[in-house]
Amino acid sequence: MKKAMVAGLFGLAVSAPGVALAEPIKVGMITTLSGGGAGLGLDVRDGFLLAIKQSVNKDIEVIVEDDTMKPELAVQIADKMIQSEKVDILTGIIWSNLAMAVVPNAVAQGKFYLSPNAGPSALAGAKCNENYFNVAWQNDNLHEAMGNYANTAGYKKSFILAPNYPAGTDALTGYKRFYKGELAGELYTKLGQTDYAAEIAQVRASGADSVYIFLPGGMGIAFMKQYAQSGVGIPVLGPGFSFDQDVLGAIGDAAIGVKNTSQWSKDLDNPANKTFVETFQAEYGRLPSLYASQGYDTANLILSAAAKASVQDADAFRAALKAADFKSVRGDFKFGNNNHPIQDIYVREVVKEGDVLTNKIIGVSLEDHQDAYAKECKM
Amino acid sequence: MQTALLIEQILNGLQFGVMLFLMAAGLTLIFGVMGVINLAHGSLYMLGAFACAAVAAATGSFWLGLVASLAAAAAAGAIVELLVIRRLYDRDHLDQVLATFALILIFSEGTRWLFGSFPLYLDIPPLLSGAVDLPGGARYQLYRLAIIVVGIAVAIGLYLLIAKTRLGMRIRAGESDREMIAALGVDIRTLYTIVFALGAALAGLAGAMVGALQSVQVGMGEPVLILAFVVIVIGGIGSIKGALVGAALVGLVDTLGRFLLPLSFSFFLGPSQGATVGAALASMLIYVVMALILAFRPRGLFQAST
Repeated sequence: MKKAMVAGLFGLAVSAPGVALAEPIKVGMITTLSGGGAGLGLDVRDGFLLAIKQSVNKDIEVIVEDDTMKPELAVQIADKMIQSEKVDILTGIIWSNLAMAVVPNAVAQGKFYLSPNAGPSALAGAKCNENYFNVAWQNDNLHEAMGNYANTAGYKKSFILAPNYPAGTDALTGYKRFYKGELAGELYTKLGQTDYAAEIAQVRASGADSVYIFLPGGMGIAFMKQYAQSGVGIPVLGPGFSFDQDVLGAIGDAAIGVKNTSQWSKDLDNPANKTFVETFQAEYGRLPSLYASQGYDTANLILSAAAKASVQDADAFRAALKAADFKSVRGDFKFGNNNHPIQDIYVREVVKEGDVLTNKIIGVSLEDHQDAYAKECKM
Repeated sequence: MQTALLIEQILNGLQFGVMLFLMAAGLTLIFGVMGVINLAHGSLYMLGAFACAAVAAATGSFWLGLVASLAAAAAAGAIVELLVIRRLYDRDHLDQVLATFALILIFSEGTRWLFGSFPLYLDIPPLLSGAVDLPGGARYQLYRLAIIVVGIAVAIGLYLLIAKTRLGMRIRAGESDREMIAALGVDIRTLYTIVFALGAALAGLAGAMVGALQSVQVGMGEPVLILAFVVIVIGGIGSIKGALVGAALVGLVDTLGRFLLPLSFSFFLGPSQGATVGAALASMLIYVVMALILAFRPRGLFQAST
């Protein structure tokens, strides 16, 4: 039986040039598929599986499990995937607190971890690891880009707002790292809060000339709808998370004109992105979000490394990953010393195309941007 | 300007309280009359929001959506009572918690299966959009004022229903002695179904009204459910009056705390530090209030007559 399989694999390797080392790879994907944050996990998963489906390499097996946004469950799934399923690569986690619970342990056991979304600062700096690759961004990146854009747009008095949890404080830190004006106010809200009347009243009274919000998922939808109704009218700025395809439909026209930052946009002009957007839409019947693009890039990175080296040869495979020799949908992409991306971050504006709300690029905020923690990483 | 801000925040607190009252009234009614802890109350709230969003999207009318949310939540409440809750009256609270927790999971995944994982769109009806001027220079959103009015109307309606009608008399009788009212020939099973459906309809109404302000998504009911439990514990479990006072108290304390605490901490800790510490304290504030009230009145402000 085993011999037959090896023979089969050999045949496949011969018949498909370019897949020189068709060593089977087992990928374990732990992501959020139920509960309030499920939209993000679904997009990462669908983008990832789309790339696998399009590839000529048919020796990649993907196991997907739902972490329901709970760190303890994610840890259990990771243990099971490593010990009994014997996966070679782990990926998929959306939330930074779950990544912090899973990643250090997994890489300590010699597994590769490729992050399609979360980029906590701790894993980018002193605790960086040669087996941990972040294919999305370091958490602060999009916020830094927006702080930088606020300067060029001439905003001098920003009111900034984020939930009171690590990624929220990171977000405002990132914004303030680049923003040069003064702050009209700084507020931390409860994580998961859905009524922002009290905060919006303070924005109105503060005399700010811009509002920066980092409110992912349902929080952002609630804020934007209430903000539009309140008639305050001060321009809103935010990272792409609050203004991407997964939530725009629910915010509605209130989002039109909002400037946001992202490393990816549907209208980025490169062949890989055109194929991605078209095939994603054909396959799933909806427009991809930045999360889907990150899942897609992650899978293509694995495929590019698999074409060069066997995953059993960890050193060669690691070098192949680090080379990032794949066509990213965001155009140029390379890894810095800490295995986090060095990439352009764009400013986008929410527009309406027909009936559909979506984003279009209006400029580049930071070119070849690298995170602030890279120098603390001894790699 | 500062008084205007304060007036606006007090109204925000009232509006939040009114919304909590709609949730807490059903919860406390169901507990008071039937002795059931219904964790699935948040799911009925979510159901109301989804029904409203779906019907509003299909017909273009928020008002039809509102009617649909009441009907859907009441129907779901009645079905749940007939199929599940009815079997739990004689069990202890642990069994009830377990069964109604299972209902949360069933409702959540069922809704996801029907509507998908992405949030739905529901907007405020054009009639109620925009803001109005208030005395004192404050401007306040019309829709939120409407929520306050609806909430007060529901409170008066519930009072009249329970104090003045035959149904209300039976509900009160059911609260004080279940066996006796059954022995007197009142159809207690139908009464329970009606009370449950009424509580569910109130939750559905709250869900639909709030859904237009916030995001309509799976899992939106659970955070509200926790606050609704805080409200009925503060107010005294089983008491509608307690639910009203408790809801107003929680709404005002939470909103004003979120507004004033970061502000006052900023004075001596600086803006950034003050904002973090103030926000952390503000999110604890209602639980501190609850603990204080329970320390002095262990059975809540308005203990139901049991």
